[in-house]
Amino acid sequence: MSIIIEKLNHIYDIGSPFETNALNSVSLQIEKGDFVGLIGHTGSGKSTLIQHMNGLLKPTSGKILINGFDITSSKAKLNEIRKKVGLVFQYPEYQLFEETVEKDVAFGPNNLGIEPEEVNRRVKESLEMVGLDYEEIRGKSPFELSGGQKRRVAIAGVIAMKPEVLILDEPTAGLDPKGRDEILEQILALHAKQGITVILVSHSMEDIARYVRKIFVMDEGSLVLAGDPAEVFSHVEQLEAIGLAAPQVTYVAKALAAKGIDIDPTLYTVENAATRLLELLRRKSHAS
Amino acid sequence: MLRDITVGQYLPLSSPVHRMDPRFKLVASMLYIVSLFFINSFIGYGVVLAFLALTIAVSKIPYKYLLRGLKPVLMIIIFAFGINVFLTPGTELFRFGIIKITNEGVRQAFFMASRLILLIIGTSMLTLTTSPIELTDGLERLLNPFKKLGLPAHELAMMMTIALRFIPTLLEETDKIMKAQMARGADFESGNLIKRAKSLIPLLVPLFISAFRRADELAMAMEARCYRGGENRTRMKVLQFTHLDLIGVFVFILYWGGLIAVRMWTA
Repeated sequence: MSIIIEKLNHIYDIGSPFETNALNSVSLQIEKGDFVGLIGHTGSGKSTLIQHMNGLLKPTSGKILINGFDITSSKAKLNEIRKKVGLVFQYPEYQLFEETVEKDVAFGPNNLGIEPEEVNRRVKESLEMVGLDYEEIRGKSPFELSGGQKRRVAIAGVIAMKPEVLILDEPTAGLDPKGRDEILEQILALHAKQGITVILVSHSMEDIARYVRKIFVMDEGSLVLAGDPAEVFSHVEQLEAIGLAAPQVTYVAKALAAKGIDIDPTLYTVENAATRLLELLRRKSHAS
Repeated sequence: MLRDITVGQYLPLSSPVHRMDPRFKLVASMLYIVSLFFINSFIGYGVVLAFLALTIAVSKIPYKYLLRGLKPVLMIIIFAFGINVFLTPGTELFRFGIIKITNEGVRQAFFMASRLILLIIGTSMLTLTTSPIELTDGLERLLNPFKKLGLPAHELAMMMTIALRFIPTLLEETDKIMKAQMARGADFESGNLIKRAKSLIPLLVPLFISAFRRADELAMAMEARCYRGGENRTRMKVLQFTHLDLIGVFVFILYWGGLIAVRMWTA
């Protein structure tokens, strides 16, 4: 499932004094089965962009092709698009409304008109996929769960629709480090197991660096940088100029490299840095 | 759609009318409404029109903006006009079949329509030139004398302030939840009435929960800053009756004087 966006423009409140240009000729391409990150500070147009991808917003001008099909055309069936592109909003736990977890997760698939047995299977499957015990949690009210559990139930609610593209807007906002790592690992596992395309929106460089293969950077409604993490994080000055930063470990690697230590200055994960430094230390102790 | 409603909206400009004491503006608005029902001739409306034109000119509110505010109530005005034209008994002007239009009907219809239009424009002048905070502040001070009778003036004003403050927040929240549920395939737009009402459940439940949560958080935050009601509270902005208000009172007395003169003259 490839996504191609061509010269996308979006202007809010066109023709009123509140007119704002939220997207400025954005063009990008996401391959099927990719795991990409979308970064940018608040108000950079990230949320506006992802809402276009499943037809919640209509562009002022431009094209969005999903698998070669233009979803901006008048013939596009929004239900079909939403079946293919799942969108998990920021703080998705605020969308929970049913009496039980099971019913809430089933809301999406039921709206798609799926057979009851299949819905049940999907509910079980997706709850387990986000690391929840189906038997234990199915009958509980979503409102008696902890924050992290609510977040998982809400994500399961979108996964149960079996989208081919999964977009997550800040899925770890407000979670503790443990909950954050667990959720991201589960998303990664889901990506590996089912081969779905994942778009992760975040402003945590650490999260992005660790999981994604390609990064898109947005600023003031325009796409300013795109490429694999090493490439994007090598533009530290530009990232800082728009209020972002490279992962902390990249700064460490850069400083070490500047001191003449043989380390890649564009390193961006703690694991790689640790391996490289251990290697250097071992070599040093051998030499002495 | 929502933008068309100018009733209750505030237009932050800098003008003498904006700077007037909200207490005076509130009382003047009430007396203005009374005056519209006191008038019994078109000449009286002439006086109102002159007064309104003067206020609008001084307040710098664009005419276009005020007229746009009439759009949502246009149906009501047309309805009132129609009823009066067709249903007032009197000397016949002309007739098609059973429908008969009378002299008195036409007069009455124009009279009522003018009253409605002047009512809406006049009252929206109050909110257009007074911020919600000033408005509730003024209301609180006006209601103060009734405290002795057990009226919780401060609490009422605080409730109004909070309610006004949360309207945009809740609208934004509604939009967010609606989109989240639409992304899960919810359909708010099609189907019959019962189906549509049912489709609102996924929107209303989260909205109520978040409204309660917000109320709870706000109460906590206010308590953390030692809020405990109106007793002994001082205010950052103390309302002051200035020379501007004095001019306002003078103009307003002239306005009423004009109305009374017209009424006595036409009687």
